[in-house]
Amino acid sequence: MIMADLLEVKNLTKYYPVEKGVFKQSVGTVKAIDGVDFSIAVKETLGLVGESGCGKTTCGRLIANLLPPTGGQVLFDDEDIYSLRGKHLTAFRKKVQVLFQDPFSSLDPRQSIYDIITEPIRIHRLHNKKDTRTKVEELLGLVGLPNDIVNGYPHQLSGGQRQRIGLARILSLNPRLIIADEPVSSLDISIQAQIINLFKDLQQKYDLSYLFISHDLGVVKHIAHRIAVMYRGKIMELADSEELFARPFHPYTKMLIQSIPSIRTRKNAVLAGLEKDELPVPVKGCAFYARCAKAEDRCREMVPILEPKGEKHFVCCWNPE
Amino acid sequence: MWQKLKNNRLAVSGLVIITILVAVALLAPKIVPYEPTSQNILERLQKPSIRHWLGTDELGRDVLSRIIYGARISLSVGFIAVGISLFIGVFFGALAGFYGHWIDSLIMRFVDIMFCFPSFFLILMIIAVLGPNIYNVMIIIGITSWPGIARLVRGEILSVKEREYVYAAKAIGASDLRIIFKHILPNALGPVLVTATLGIADAILVESGLSFLGLGVQPPMPSWGNILTSGKDYIESAWWLTLFPGLAILVTILSYNLIGEGLREVIDPKL
Repeated sequence: MIMADLLEVKNLTKYYPVEKGVFKQSVGTVKAIDGVDFSIAVKETLGLVGESGCGKTTCGRLIANLLPPTGGQVLFDDEDIYSLRGKHLTAFRKKVQVLFQDPFSSLDPRQSIYDIITEPIRIHRLHNKKDTRTKVEELLGLVGLPNDIVNGYPHQLSGGQRQRIGLARILSLNPRLIIADEPVSSLDISIQAQIINLFKDLQQKYDLSYLFISHDLGVVKHIAHRIAVMYRGKIMELADSEELFARPFHPYTKMLIQSIPSIRTRKNAVLAGLEKDELPVPVKGCAFYARCAKAEDRCREMVPILEPKGEKHFVCCWNPE
Repeated sequence: MWQKLKNNRLAVSGLVIITILVAVALLAPKIVPYEPTSQNILERLQKPSIRHWLGTDELGRDVLSRIIYGARISLSVGFIAVGISLFIGVFFGALAGFYGHWIDSLIMRFVDIMFCFPSFFLILMIIAVLGPNIYNVMIIIGITSWPGIARLVRGEILSVKEREYVYAAKAIGASDLRIIFKHILPNALGPVLVTATLGIADAILVESGLSFLGLGVQPPMPSWGNILTSGKDYIESAWWLTLFPGLAILVTILSYNLIGEGLREVIDPKL
């Protein structure tokens, strides 16, 4: 089912300088993304999971070419996306789309729904006026919204409806990859399921690939073919979805899996060190060292690298079990 | 938007009062019962009556006529001064907000310096140097009140620039110009419009204050401020000399504030 790679991320980094004082001396860097590698195949969904502030969103924005990277490469269709200019960049923007986290701030409050949905069509001059009408109706049908919604404004809609509008808007460009940045985290559980099913249907229909960013492994489980677990800008574990749940190696992945709320079990997850949220970023050694229950001397001294551990299963840990 | 403003009764009453005032100011020569500067010593300091609705002043001039002519001054000072400060403020604020870096620092430090001066005394000083006349007053109020607007515009642009729909527009391939004019400015200018409306009220107040101190509009040309000044000497015997121009200032400023508040509610699409 899974075909050739559509997107390839190679050693991607994004550092933010930390500046202090009037003269903005650089006193250090925040490594938002620190050497990330992965790929996404055609018609594949890669789930990117991690807690708040681990760099998920930055990663998504880098891949969408909305932020300049500090280093590394992103290849889309074997083209380096950061070297694209002018016409080629516009073409890239058509193929890769972003669905944002917060449906309350990702739609311009001053534009009518019709203007919001048709803006991409107008920018890329895809249809004439009459065809645009028909296209909008088609798109609304696709995301399951009534046609008369187009005369309203975003604030008149519910969160789920807005997220569908956002989806209709980016589908108008027939993208090949959709970077969905926590698309369901601000929605009710029942609506989450609807939207996720919609994602799946659209994938079948249009051969879409997704980079599905979320902090919730429970949600990602339902949609992703493969899952990458991220911690402090690094990928800790990467495996097929079922494999990851069946045989998690990294202590952090285990923690995340335990923390998924369940009706059956009543045990409280052990989120070791979560209260020590402001932990200093280790200068050397494993990023997860301070919170890891299995940390040993080697972990403090040497940075682990993402290594294969079983078939299509990669772990970044000195001490996997 | 108009529909929503119409539902706000206070804003509408403010708008109606300002419209009437503007009409009165424009039609002043046609509707005044007496020449505002013509003196009639025999009828000096008369109480409000049928002949002089709002009484007469110490030189026998009709107070109503003077207040009507004063409206011309006050309203034009409000509009022109705010027009000047909007122009400068939006320009520098937008420049600082869009481009950031050293342009931002340079403009904002200058704005900080401007804020260090108590602006009323700055205005007083400049007027003292340039000489008091109505045009100087307008221009100086204008160029001393822009820093607030610049700071506001910059802040709005900085916050709008980081909203997700701006990233969303970039992601679908919108050009910089499209993002600036379609997405950032319309969403940033709402609060600025409100501030500008309130700024008109401030400008009128400053003009009245300056004229009251004798540094604004010079007699015999009437303005609400200098009618008040000449009336203050008679405040115990001729209350109408101070009450009516004071009321005129109060009503005008209240109206602008009501409009400003109404606009604030209308402009925020969420309310």
